[in-house]
Amino acid sequence: MEIAVVSGKGGTGKSSISAALVSLTNHSIAVDCDVDAANMYLLFQPKIEKEFKFISGKYALIDQDKCIQCGKCKSLCRFDAISIHEGQIEVDTVLCEGCSLCSRICPVKAICMKPIDQSRMYIGSFRYGRMVYGRLFPGEENSGKFVSVIRQHAHRLAEEEGFPNIILDGPPGIGCPVISTLTGADKAVIVTEPSLSGLSDMKRVINVARNFIDSIYVIINKYDLNVEMSEKIKLYCLQSSIPVVAELPFDKRVVEAMVAGRTIIESYPDSLVATRLMEVYRIIFEA
Amino acid sequence: MKIAIASGKGGTGKTLVATNLFYTFQRMGLSVSLVDCDVEGPNALNFFQLHKVKVISVKEYCPKFDLQQCIYCGRCADYCDYNAIFIIPNQSQLHLLSHLCHGCGACAVACNNGAIEDSEIEVGIVSLFSTTMEREKAFLVEGRINEGEHSATPVIKAAINQGDSLNTDFLILDSPPGVSCPFIQTVAKTDYVVLVTEPTPFGLSDLRQAVETLKHLHKPFGVIINRVGLGNHDVYDYLEKEHIALLAEIPFDKKVAHLYSEGNLLVTSQPIMSKYFESISKKIIKNGNSSC
Repeated sequence: MEIAVVSGKGGTGKSSISAALVSLTNHSIAVDCDVDAANMYLLFQPKIEKEFKFISGKYALIDQDKCIQCGKCKSLCRFDAISIHEGQIEVDTVLCEGCSLCSRICPVKAICMKPIDQSRMYIGSFRYGRMVYGRLFPGEENSGKFVSVIRQHAHRLAEEEGFPNIILDGPPGIGCPVISTLTGADKAVIVTEPSLSGLSDMKRVINVARNFIDSIYVIINKYDLNVEMSEKIKLYCLQSSIPVVAELPFDKRVVEAMVAGRTIIESYPDSLVATRLMEVYRIIFEA
Repeated sequence: MKIAIASGKGGTGKTLVATNLFYTFQRMGLSVSLVDCDVEGPNALNFFQLHKVKVISVKEYCPKFDLQQCIYCGRCADYCDYNAIFIIPNQSQLHLLSHLCHGCGACAVACNNGAIEDSEIEVGIVSLFSTTMEREKAFLVEGRINEGEHSATPVIKAAINQGDSLNTDFLILDSPPGVSCPFIQTVAKTDYVVLVTEPTPFGLSDLRQAVETLKHLHKPFGVIINRVGLGNHDVYDYLEKEHIALLAEIPFDKKVAHLYSEGNLLVTSQPIMSKYFESISKKIIKNGNSSC
Protein backbone atom coordinates (compact mmCIF):
# COMPACT_ATOMS: atom_id res chain seq x y z
CA MET A 1 0.00 0.00 0.00
CA GLU A 2 1.24 3.44 -0.90
CA ILE A 3 0.28 6.29 1.45
CA ALA A 4 0.82 9.96 0.60
CA VAL A 5 1.14 12.42 3.49
CA VAL A 6 0.38 15.99 2.38
CA SER A 7 -0.87 19.18 4.01
CA GLY A 8 -1.47 22.26 1.88
CA LYS A 9 0.08 24.49 4.52
CA GLY A 10 3.74 23.93 5.32
CA GLY A 11 5.12 23.12 8.74
CA THR A 12 2.06 21.26 10.02
CA GLY A 13 4.10 18.16 10.88
CA LYS A 14 4.06 16.04 7.71
CA SER A 15 7.62 14.75 8.08
CA SER A 16 7.37 13.94 11.78
CA ILE A 17 4.09 12.11 11.21
CA SER A 18 5.29 10.28 8.07
CA ALA A 19 8.38 9.14 9.94
CA ALA A 20 6.28 7.98 12.89
CA LEU A 21 4.09 5.93 10.51
CA VAL A 22 7.23 4.42 8.97
CA SER A 23 8.46 3.33 12.39
CA LEU A 24 5.05 1.81 13.15
CA THR A 25 5.08 -0.29 9.98
CA ASN A 26 8.49 -1.59 11.01
CA HIS A 27 9.23 -2.58 7.44
CA SER A 28 8.66 -0.21 4.55
CA ILE A 29 10.03 2.11 1.95
CA ALA A 30 10.23 5.69 3.13
CA VAL A 31 10.10 8.25 0.33
CA ASP A 32 10.74 11.95 0.80
CA CYS A 33 8.82 13.73 -1.97
CA ASP A 34 9.62 17.19 -0.64
CA VAL A 35 12.58 17.55 -2.96
CA ASP A 36 13.00 21.28 -2.17
CA ALA A 37 13.34 20.72 1.52
CA ALA A 38 13.90 17.04 2.27
CA ASN A 39 13.97 16.38 6.02
CA MET A 40 13.05 12.77 6.72
CA TYR A 41 16.64 11.63 6.17
CA LEU A 42 17.56 13.56 9.34
CA LEU A 43 15.52 11.11 11.41
CA PHE A 44 16.51 7.98 9.54
CA GLN A 45 20.16 8.68 8.61
CA PRO A 46 20.07 6.24 5.69
CA LYS A 47 23.28 4.64 4.52
CA ILE A 48 23.39 5.78 0.91
CA GLU A 49 23.94 2.93 -1.53
CA LYS A 50 23.10 4.50 -4.87
CA GLU A 51 23.18 8.01 -6.22
CA PHE A 52 21.58 9.16 -9.49
CA LYS A 53 21.66 12.38 -11.45
CA PHE A 54 18.35 14.00 -12.25
CA ILE A 55 18.18 16.19 -15.34
CA SER A 56 15.72 18.81 -14.20
CA GLY A 57 15.68 20.80 -17.41
CA LYS A 58 17.74 22.73 -19.90
CA TYR A 59 18.63 26.31 -20.60
CA ALA A 60 19.60 28.17 -23.76
CA LEU A 61 23.20 29.21 -24.26
CA ILE A 62 24.12 31.73 -26.97
CA ASP A 63 27.35 31.46 -28.93
CA GLN A 64 28.11 35.18 -29.28
CA ASP A 65 30.63 34.52 -32.08
CA LYS A 66 27.92 33.02 -34.27
CA CYS A 67 25.02 35.28 -33.22
CA ILE A 68 23.98 37.90 -35.79
CA GLN A 69 21.57 39.70 -33.40
CA CYS A 70 18.61 39.18 -35.70
CA GLY A 71 16.28 39.01 -32.69
CA LYS A 72 14.16 36.15 -34.01
CA CYS A 73 14.69 34.17 -30.80
CA LYS A 74 13.68 37.15 -28.69
CA SER A 75 10.45 37.70 -30.62
CA LEU A 76 9.37 34.06 -30.29
CA CYS A 77 10.29 33.48 -26.64
CA ARG A 78 7.08 33.36 -24.60
CA PHE A 79 8.91 33.50 -21.29
CA ASP A 80 10.55 36.91 -21.86
CA ALA A 81 13.84 35.18 -21.15
CA ILE A 82 15.73 36.72 -24.07
CA SER A 83 16.77 40.36 -24.14
CA ILE A 84 19.18 42.56 -26.04
CA HIS A 85 21.74 44.21 -23.84
CA GLU A 86 24.33 46.54 -25.37
CA GLY A 87 23.87 44.94 -28.76
CA GLN A 88 24.21 41.40 -27.44
CA ILE A 89 21.49 38.78 -27.15
CA GLU A 90 21.26 37.54 -23.57
CA VAL A 91 19.35 34.73 -21.89
CA ASP A 92 17.94 35.10 -18.39
CA THR A 93 18.42 31.57 -17.05
CA VAL A 94 15.88 32.17 -14.27
CA LEU A 95 13.14 32.93 -16.79
CA CYS A 96 14.23 30.37 -19.42
CA GLU A 97 12.01 27.28 -19.27
CA GLY A 98 14.16 25.23 -21.63
CA CYS A 99 11.61 24.75 -24.43
CA SER A 100 14.38 24.78 -27.10
CA LEU A 101 12.31 26.84 -29.54
CA CYS A 102 15.03 29.51 -29.85
CA SER A 103 17.69 26.93 -30.63
CA ARG A 104 15.46 25.31 -33.27
CA ILE A 105 14.65 28.51 -35.13
CA CYS A 106 18.01 30.31 -34.93
CA PRO A 107 19.01 30.88 -38.57
CA VAL A 108 22.74 30.66 -37.77
CA LYS A 109 22.52 27.87 -35.17
CA ALA A 110 24.04 30.03 -32.49
CA ILE A 111 21.95 28.62 -29.64
CA CYS A 112 22.49 25.30 -27.92
CA MET A 113 20.59 23.83 -24.99
CA LYS A 114 22.58 22.91 -21.89
CA PRO A 115 21.25 20.28 -19.49
CA ILE A 116 20.75 21.22 -15.84
CA ASP A 117 21.91 18.14 -13.98
CA GLN A 118 22.95 19.10 -10.49
CA SER A 119 19.98 17.55 -8.68
CA ARG A 120 20.58 14.17 -7.08
CA MET A 121 18.48 11.19 -6.09
CA TYR A 122 19.56 8.75 -3.38
CA ILE A 123 18.64 5.23 -2.40
CA GLY A 124 19.76 3.96 0.96
CA SER A 125 19.06 1.58 3.81
CA PHE A 126 17.97 2.48 7.30
CA ARG A 127 16.61 0.77 10.39
CA TYR A 128 13.16 -0.01 8.94
CA GLY A 129 13.92 -0.72 5.33
CA ARG A 130 14.85 1.38 2.37
CA MET A 131 14.68 5.06 1.77
CA VAL A 132 14.44 6.97 -1.49
CA TYR A 133 14.84 10.72 -1.57
CA GLY A 134 15.96 13.54 -3.76
CA ARG A 135 17.63 16.87 -3.48
CA LEU A 136 16.63 19.40 -6.05
CA PHE A 137 19.60 21.64 -6.65
CA PRO A 138 18.66 25.10 -5.36
CA GLY A 139 16.77 27.08 -7.97
CA GLU A 140 16.12 24.18 -10.33
CA GLU A 141 12.66 23.44 -11.59
CA ASN A 142 10.57 20.46 -12.54
CA SER A 143 10.11 19.19 -9.03
CA GLY A 144 6.93 17.40 -10.15
CA LYS A 145 8.85 15.28 -12.63
CA PHE A 146 11.52 14.64 -10.00
CA VAL A 147 8.86 13.35 -7.59
CA SER A 148 7.54 10.91 -10.24
CA VAL A 149 11.05 9.62 -10.93
CA ILE A 150 11.66 9.09 -7.20
CA ARG A 151 8.37 7.24 -6.85
CA GLN A 152 9.16 5.01 -9.84
CA HIS A 153 12.37 3.95 -8.11
CA ALA A 154 10.47 3.28 -4.90
CA HIS A 155 7.94 1.11 -6.76
CA ARG A 156 10.72 -0.90 -8.38
CA LEU A 157 12.41 -1.45 -5.03
CA ALA A 158 9.13 -2.48 -3.40
CA GLU A 159 8.57 -5.05 -6.10
CA GLU A 160 12.10 -6.42 -6.20
CA GLU A 161 12.56 -6.64 -2.45
CA GLY A 162 9.01 -7.42 -1.40
CA PHE A 163 8.17 -4.37 0.69
CA PRO A 164 4.42 -4.19 1.37
CA ASN A 165 4.28 -0.48 2.18
CA ILE A 166 5.50 2.78 0.70
CA ILE A 167 5.11 5.98 2.71
CA LEU A 168 5.43 9.27 0.87
CA ASP A 169 6.33 12.40 2.83
CA GLY A 170 4.87 15.06 0.56
CA PRO A 171 5.71 18.69 -0.14
CA PRO A 172 3.51 21.60 0.99
CA GLY A 173 1.14 23.42 -1.39
CA ILE A 174 -1.22 22.16 -4.07
CA GLY A 175 0.90 22.53 -7.21
CA CYS A 176 2.98 20.33 -9.43
CA PRO A 177 5.02 18.28 -6.88
CA VAL A 178 1.93 17.72 -4.71
CA ILE A 179 -0.07 16.44 -7.68
CA SER A 180 2.87 14.14 -8.55
CA THR A 181 2.89 12.84 -4.97
CA LEU A 182 -0.85 12.11 -4.98
CA THR A 183 -1.25 10.60 -8.45
CA GLY A 184 -1.68 6.83 -8.15
CA ALA A 185 -1.21 6.62 -4.37
CA ASP A 186 -3.70 4.38 -2.53
CA LYS A 187 -4.51 6.66 0.38
CA ALA A 188 -3.85 10.25 1.37
CA VAL A 189 -3.29 11.56 4.88
CA ILE A 190 -3.74 15.31 5.18
CA VAL A 191 -2.01 16.89 8.16
CA THR A 192 -3.45 20.22 9.21
CA GLU A 193 -3.24 22.57 12.17
CA PRO A 194 -5.96 24.58 13.90
CA SER A 195 -5.54 27.99 12.29
CA LEU A 196 -7.35 29.95 9.57
CA SER A 197 -4.39 29.24 7.30
CA GLY A 198 -4.40 25.55 8.16
CA LEU A 199 -8.13 25.32 7.43
CA SER A 200 -8.09 27.18 4.13
CA ASP A 201 -5.02 25.33 2.84
CA MET A 202 -6.56 22.01 3.90
CA LYS A 203 -9.72 22.76 1.91
CA ARG A 204 -7.63 23.44 -1.17
CA VAL A 205 -5.55 20.29 -0.87
CA ILE A 206 -8.67 18.15 -0.22
CA ASN A 207 -10.19 19.45 -3.46
CA VAL A 208 -7.04 18.57 -5.36
CA ALA A 209 -6.56 15.17 -3.66
CA ARG A 210 -10.16 14.15 -4.43
CA ASN A 211 -9.32 14.07 -8.14
CA PHE A 212 -6.77 11.35 -7.53
CA ILE A 213 -7.62 9.41 -4.38
CA ASP A 214 -10.78 8.00 -2.80
CA SER A 215 -9.46 7.27 0.70
CA ILE A 216 -8.55 10.56 2.34
CA TYR A 217 -7.94 10.99 6.07
CA VAL A 218 -7.25 14.10 8.12
CA ILE A 219 -4.99 14.47 11.16
CA ILE A 220 -5.27 17.69 13.17
CA ASN A 221 -1.85 18.30 14.64
CA LYS A 222 -1.34 20.55 17.70
CA TYR A 223 -5.14 20.62 17.98
CA ASP A 224 -5.05 22.13 21.47
CA LEU A 225 -3.36 25.34 20.29
CA ASN A 226 -6.85 26.43 19.25
CA VAL A 227 -9.59 24.02 20.21
CA GLU A 228 -12.38 26.09 18.61
CA MET A 229 -10.56 26.14 15.31
CA SER A 230 -10.07 22.36 15.58
CA GLU A 231 -13.84 22.04 15.97
CA LYS A 232 -14.32 24.07 12.78
CA ILE A 233 -11.94 21.78 10.93
CA LYS A 234 -13.77 18.73 12.23
CA LEU A 235 -17.10 20.19 11.16
CA TYR A 236 -15.79 20.89 7.66
CA CYS A 237 -14.41 17.34 7.41
CA LEU A 238 -17.69 15.88 8.65
CA GLN A 239 -19.63 17.81 6.01
CA SER A 240 -17.15 16.65 3.38
CA SER A 241 -17.33 13.01 4.55
CA ILE A 242 -13.62 12.89 5.32
CA PRO A 243 -12.69 11.08 8.55
CA VAL A 244 -10.58 12.94 11.10
CA VAL A 245 -8.47 10.03 12.34
CA ALA A 246 -6.54 11.83 15.06
CA GLU A 247 -6.25 15.02 17.03
CA LEU A 248 -2.69 15.24 18.26
CA PRO A 249 -1.87 17.55 21.17
CA PHE A 250 1.02 19.99 21.02
CA ASP A 251 3.96 18.24 22.67
CA LYS A 252 7.49 19.62 22.87
CA ARG A 253 8.76 16.05 22.96
CA VAL A 254 8.05 15.74 19.22
CA VAL A 255 10.79 18.35 18.69
CA GLU A 256 13.00 16.72 21.34
CA ALA A 257 12.73 13.41 19.50
CA MET A 258 13.60 15.20 16.25
CA VAL A 259 16.69 16.74 17.85
CA ALA A 260 17.72 13.23 18.95
CA GLY A 261 17.22 11.95 15.38
CA ARG A 262 14.31 9.72 16.32
CA THR A 263 10.57 9.53 15.81
CA ILE A 264 8.08 10.21 18.61
CA ILE A 265 7.16 6.50 18.52
CA GLU A 266 10.76 5.54 19.25
CA SER A 267 11.50 8.18 21.87
CA TYR A 268 8.19 8.48 23.72
CA PRO A 269 6.01 5.47 22.88
CA ASP A 270 3.74 6.17 25.85
CA SER A 271 2.99 9.78 24.93
CA LEU A 272 -0.50 10.70 23.81
CA VAL A 273 0.85 11.70 20.38
CA ALA A 274 2.39 8.23 19.96
CA THR A 275 -0.65 6.30 21.15
CA ARG A 276 -2.97 8.28 18.88
CA LEU A 277 -0.65 7.69 15.93
CA MET A 278 -0.77 3.95 16.68
CA GLU A 279 -4.54 4.22 16.32
CA VAL A 280 -4.08 6.06 13.00
CA TYR A 281 -1.78 3.28 11.87
CA ARG A 282 -4.43 0.67 12.66
CA ILE A 283 -7.16 2.58 10.82
CA ILE A 284 -5.10 3.26 7.72
CA PHE A 285 -3.09 0.08 7.33
CA GLU A 286 -5.41 -2.51 8.74
CA ALA A 287 -8.76 -1.24 7.47
CA MET B 1 12.72 48.78 -2.09
CA LYS B 2 11.55 45.22 -2.56
CA ILE B 3 11.82 42.84 0.39
CA ALA B 4 10.98 39.12 0.22
CA ILE B 5 10.04 37.11 3.31
CA ALA B 6 11.03 33.53 2.56
CA SER B 7 12.14 30.21 4.07
CA GLY B 8 13.13 26.78 2.82
CA LYS B 9 10.84 25.00 5.24
CA GLY B 10 7.10 25.59 5.25
CA GLY B 11 5.26 26.82 8.31
CA THR B 12 8.17 28.64 9.93
CA GLY B 13 6.32 31.95 10.18
CA LYS B 14 6.76 33.75 6.86
CA THR B 15 3.21 35.06 6.79
CA LEU B 16 3.42 35.98 10.47
CA VAL B 17 6.49 38.12 9.76
CA ALA B 18 5.22 39.55 6.45
CA THR B 19 1.82 40.64 7.79
CA ASN B 20 3.24 42.18 10.95
CA LEU B 21 5.92 44.03 8.96
CA PHE B 22 3.27 45.28 6.53
CA TYR B 23 1.24 46.75 9.38
CA THR B 24 4.33 48.17 11.09
CA PHE B 25 5.57 49.89 7.92
CA GLN B 26 2.17 51.54 7.57
CA ARG B 27 2.15 52.65 11.17
CA MET B 28 5.59 54.16 10.66
CA GLY B 29 4.03 56.27 7.91
CA LEU B 30 5.79 54.50 5.06
CA SER B 31 4.23 53.86 1.68
CA VAL B 32 4.06 50.08 1.43
CA SER B 33 2.25 47.22 -0.26
CA LEU B 34 2.21 43.51 0.49
CA VAL B 35 2.16 40.86 -2.25
CA ASP B 36 1.11 37.36 -1.19
CA CYS B 37 3.19 35.20 -3.54
CA ASP B 38 2.31 31.95 -1.76
CA VAL B 39 -0.21 31.34 -4.52
CA GLU B 40 -0.79 27.67 -3.62
CA GLY B 41 -1.94 28.64 -0.14
CA PRO B 42 -2.34 32.42 0.20
CA ASN B 43 -3.20 33.44 3.76
CA ALA B 44 -2.07 37.02 4.32
CA LEU B 45 -5.57 38.32 3.69
CA ASN B 46 -6.82 36.64 6.88
CA PHE B 47 -5.05 39.29 8.94
CA PHE B 48 -6.62 42.46 7.51
CA GLN B 49 -10.00 44.06 6.95
CA LEU B 50 -9.70 45.37 3.41
CA HIS B 51 -11.87 46.12 0.46
CA LYS B 52 -11.43 44.57 -2.91
CA VAL B 53 -10.42 46.94 -5.69
CA LYS B 54 -10.19 44.54 -8.60
CA VAL B 55 -9.59 40.97 -9.71
CA ILE B 56 -7.42 40.05 -12.67
CA SER B 57 -7.56 36.70 -14.37
CA VAL B 58 -4.12 35.18 -15.02
CA LYS B 59 -4.04 33.41 -18.33
CA GLU B 60 -1.49 31.13 -19.85
CA TYR B 61 -0.95 30.49 -23.49
CA CYS B 62 -2.26 27.12 -24.58
CA PRO B 63 -2.35 25.77 -28.14
CA LYS B 64 -5.67 25.03 -29.79
CA PHE B 65 -5.69 22.43 -32.56
CA ASP B 66 -7.83 22.73 -35.67
CA LEU B 67 -8.11 19.05 -36.60
CA GLN B 68 -9.67 19.93 -39.99
CA GLN B 69 -6.36 21.46 -41.01
CA CYS B 70 -4.11 18.90 -39.26
CA ILE B 71 -2.32 16.36 -41.47
CA TYR B 72 -0.87 14.46 -38.47
CA CYS B 73 2.67 14.98 -39.68
CA GLY B 74 3.99 15.01 -36.11
CA ARG B 75 6.13 18.13 -36.44
CA CYS B 76 4.42 19.77 -33.45
CA ALA B 77 5.12 16.73 -31.27
CA ASP B 78 8.78 16.76 -32.39
CA TYR B 79 9.08 20.42 -31.44
CA CYS B 80 7.44 19.90 -28.04
CA ASP B 81 10.21 19.35 -25.51
CA TYR B 82 7.74 18.64 -22.72
CA ASN B 83 6.13 15.63 -24.44
CA ALA B 84 2.77 17.33 -24.11
CA ILE B 85 1.54 16.35 -27.58
CA PHE B 86 0.55 12.76 -28.12
CA ILE B 87 0.00 11.83 -31.73
CA ILE B 88 -0.79 8.60 -33.58
CA PRO B 89 -0.38 9.54 -37.27
CA ASN B 90 -1.96 6.49 -38.94
CA GLN B 91 -5.01 6.68 -36.69
CA SER B 92 -5.42 10.42 -37.12
CA GLN B 93 -5.28 10.97 -33.40
CA LEU B 94 -3.84 13.92 -31.55
CA HIS B 95 -4.09 14.74 -27.85
CA LEU B 96 -2.73 17.64 -25.84
CA LEU B 97 -1.65 16.63 -22.34
CA SER B 98 -2.32 20.07 -20.95
CA HIS B 99 -0.68 19.48 -17.56
CA LEU B 100 2.65 18.95 -19.35
CA CYS B 101 2.28 22.00 -21.63
CA HIS B 102 4.38 25.01 -20.64
CA GLY B 103 2.79 27.28 -23.23
CA CYS B 104 6.05 27.88 -25.09
CA GLY B 105 4.36 28.05 -28.50
CA ALA B 106 6.94 25.84 -30.22
CA CYS B 107 4.18 23.64 -31.69
CA ALA B 108 2.55 26.60 -33.43
CA VAL B 109 5.91 27.57 -34.95
CA ALA B 110 6.44 23.96 -36.05
CA CYS B 111 3.08 23.56 -37.79
CA ASN B 112 3.17 24.27 -41.54
CA ASN B 113 -0.57 23.86 -42.02
CA GLY B 114 -1.98 26.58 -39.81
CA ALA B 115 -3.64 23.95 -37.63
CA ILE B 116 -2.51 25.44 -34.32
CA GLU B 117 -4.01 28.64 -33.01
CA ASP B 118 -3.23 30.61 -29.90
CA SER B 119 -5.69 30.33 -27.08
CA GLU B 120 -5.54 30.96 -23.38
CA ILE B 121 -6.63 29.23 -20.23
CA GLU B 122 -7.05 30.75 -16.81
CA VAL B 123 -4.52 29.37 -14.32
CA GLY B 124 -5.27 31.64 -11.41
CA ILE B 125 -6.35 35.07 -10.23
CA VAL B 126 -4.68 38.14 -8.77
CA SER B 127 -6.79 40.26 -6.45
CA LEU B 128 -6.01 43.79 -5.34
CA PHE B 129 -7.21 45.08 -1.98
CA SER B 130 -6.73 48.51 -0.46
CA THR B 131 -6.54 49.84 3.05
CA THR B 132 -6.70 53.41 4.26
CA MET B 133 -5.93 52.43 7.81
CA GLU B 134 -3.19 55.02 8.29
CA ARG B 135 -2.19 58.23 6.54
CA GLU B 136 -0.73 56.52 3.50
CA LYS B 137 -2.78 54.29 1.32
CA ALA B 138 -1.52 50.70 1.34
CA PHE B 139 -2.39 47.77 -0.87
CA LEU B 140 -2.45 44.04 -0.55
CA VAL B 141 -2.09 41.94 -3.70
CA GLU B 142 -3.04 38.28 -3.49
CA GLY B 143 -2.09 35.68 -6.11
CA ARG B 144 -4.03 32.41 -6.06
CA ILE B 145 -3.66 29.47 -8.43
CA ASN B 146 -6.78 27.60 -9.42
CA GLU B 147 -7.12 24.23 -7.71
CA GLY B 148 -5.73 21.51 -9.96
CA GLU B 149 -3.31 23.81 -11.77
CA HIS B 150 0.29 22.69 -11.74
CA SER B 151 2.43 25.72 -12.20
CA ALA B 152 2.57 28.55 -9.68
CA THR B 153 5.07 30.77 -11.45
CA PRO B 154 2.78 32.60 -13.95
CA VAL B 155 0.50 33.65 -11.09
CA ILE B 156 3.44 34.77 -8.95
CA LYS B 157 4.78 36.78 -11.87
CA ALA B 158 1.39 38.45 -12.42
CA ALA B 159 1.00 39.24 -8.70
CA ILE B 160 4.44 40.86 -8.52
CA ASN B 161 3.75 42.88 -11.67
CA GLN B 162 0.55 44.14 -10.08
CA GLY B 163 2.55 45.02 -6.94
CA ASP B 164 5.13 46.91 -9.01
CA SER B 165 2.47 48.95 -10.76
CA LEU B 166 1.26 50.34 -7.41
CA ASN B 167 4.46 52.37 -7.10
CA THR B 168 4.63 52.30 -3.32
CA ASP B 169 8.08 52.98 -1.82
CA PHE B 170 8.24 49.54 -0.25
CA LEU B 171 7.00 46.21 -1.52
CA ILE B 172 6.93 43.23 0.85
CA LEU B 173 6.67 39.84 -0.85
CA ASP B 174 5.40 36.86 1.16
CA SER B 175 7.16 33.96 -0.58
CA PRO B 176 6.02 30.36 -1.02
CA PRO B 177 8.14 27.75 0.82
CA GLY B 178 10.91 25.73 -0.81
CA VAL B 179 13.88 26.70 -2.94
CA SER B 180 12.69 25.81 -6.44
CA CYS B 181 10.98 27.86 -9.16
CA PRO B 182 8.19 29.55 -7.14
CA PHE B 183 10.75 30.78 -4.58
CA ILE B 184 13.20 31.93 -7.27
CA GLN B 185 10.44 33.77 -9.09
CA THR B 186 9.60 35.62 -5.88
CA VAL B 187 13.10 36.60 -4.76
CA ALA B 188 14.63 37.18 -8.23
CA LYS B 189 14.09 40.93 -8.37
CA THR B 190 14.15 41.84 -4.68
CA ASP B 191 16.71 44.03 -2.93
CA TYR B 192 16.76 42.10 0.32
CA VAL B 193 15.51 38.73 1.57
CA VAL B 194 14.43 37.90 5.12
CA LEU B 195 14.64 34.16 5.81
CA VAL B 196 12.41 32.89 8.60
CA THR B 197 13.48 29.67 10.32
CA GLU B 198 12.94 27.73 13.53
CA PRO B 199 15.65 26.33 15.81
CA THR B 200 15.06 22.66 14.97
CA PRO B 201 17.02 20.17 12.84
CA PHE B 202 14.38 20.42 10.08
CA GLY B 203 14.47 24.20 10.22
CA LEU B 204 18.26 24.29 9.99
CA SER B 205 18.46 21.81 7.13
CA ASP B 206 16.00 23.84 5.04
CA LEU B 207 17.63 27.13 6.03
CA ARG B 208 20.94 25.87 4.66
CA GLN B 209 19.27 25.10 1.33
CA ALA B 210 17.73 28.58 1.18
CA VAL B 211 21.04 30.24 2.12
CA GLU B 212 22.91 28.32 -0.61
CA THR B 213 20.29 29.39 -3.14
CA LEU B 214 20.47 33.06 -2.16
CA LYS B 215 24.27 33.02 -2.28
CA HIS B 216 24.03 31.51 -5.74
CA LEU B 217 21.74 34.39 -6.75
CA HIS B 218 23.99 36.98 -5.00
CA LYS B 219 21.09 38.24 -2.89
CA PRO B 220 21.70 39.99 0.41
CA PHE B 221 19.71 38.44 3.26
CA GLY B 222 19.24 38.16 7.01
CA VAL B 223 17.52 35.62 9.26
CA ILE B 224 14.68 35.76 11.76
CA ILE B 225 14.43 32.83 14.16
CA ASN B 226 10.86 32.04 15.16
CA ARG B 227 9.68 29.76 18.00
CA VAL B 228 12.80 30.42 20.05
CA GLY B 229 12.82 28.06 23.02
CA LEU B 230 12.01 24.92 21.04
CA GLY B 231 14.71 22.70 19.61
CA ASN B 232 18.41 23.34 20.06
CA HIS B 233 21.24 25.80 19.51
CA ASP B 234 22.55 24.54 16.16
CA VAL B 235 20.88 27.29 14.09
CA TYR B 236 22.70 29.95 16.11
CA ASP B 237 26.04 28.18 15.65
CA TYR B 238 25.40 27.96 11.93
CA LEU B 239 24.56 31.69 11.60
CA GLU B 240 27.66 32.63 13.54
CA LYS B 241 29.92 30.37 11.53
CA GLU B 242 28.53 31.65 8.23
CA HIS B 243 28.50 35.32 9.38
CA ILE B 244 24.81 35.66 8.62
CA ALA B 245 22.90 38.57 10.17
CA LEU B 246 20.40 37.55 12.84
CA LEU B 247 17.65 40.16 12.48
CA ALA B 248 15.28 39.07 15.22
CA GLU B 249 14.10 36.30 17.51
CA ILE B 250 10.44 35.60 18.13
CA PRO B 251 9.86 33.45 21.20
CA PHE B 252 7.75 30.30 21.13
CA ASP B 253 4.57 31.17 22.95
CA LYS B 254 1.22 29.40 22.79
CA LYS B 255 -0.42 32.84 22.95
CA VAL B 256 1.40 33.87 19.76
CA ALA B 257 0.26 30.66 18.08
CA HIS B 258 -3.31 31.29 19.19
CA LEU B 259 -3.35 34.91 17.98
CA TYR B 260 -1.97 33.85 14.63
CA SER B 261 -4.41 30.98 14.29
CA GLU B 262 -7.36 33.38 14.44
CA GLY B 263 -5.96 35.90 12.01
CA ASN B 264 -4.75 38.45 14.57
CA LEU B 265 -1.57 40.49 14.24
CA LEU B 266 1.00 40.30 17.02
CA VAL B 267 1.75 44.00 16.76
CA THR B 268 -1.83 45.05 17.45
CA SER B 269 -2.28 42.56 20.28
CA GLN B 270 0.99 42.89 22.18
CA PRO B 271 2.53 46.37 22.73
CA ILE B 272 6.00 44.88 23.23
CA MET B 273 5.80 43.22 19.82
CA SER B 274 4.74 46.50 18.23
CA LYS B 275 8.03 48.10 19.40
CA TYR B 276 10.01 45.04 18.45
CA PHE B 277 8.67 44.94 14.89
CA GLU B 278 9.46 48.63 14.52
CA SER B 279 13.10 47.92 15.32
CA ILE B 280 13.09 44.91 12.96
CA SER B 281 11.63 47.09 10.19
CA LYS B 282 14.36 49.70 10.66
CA LYS B 283 17.03 47.02 10.56
CA ILE B 284 15.63 45.52 7.35
CA ILE B 285 15.39 48.92 5.65
CA LYS B 286 18.94 49.76 6.70
CA ASN B 287 20.32 46.42 5.46
CA GLY B 288 18.31 46.70 2.25
CA ASN B 289 19.60 50.22 1.62
CA SER B 290 23.22 49.35 2.17
CA SER B 291 23.00 46.54 -0.35
CA CYS B 292 21.10 48.47 -3.05
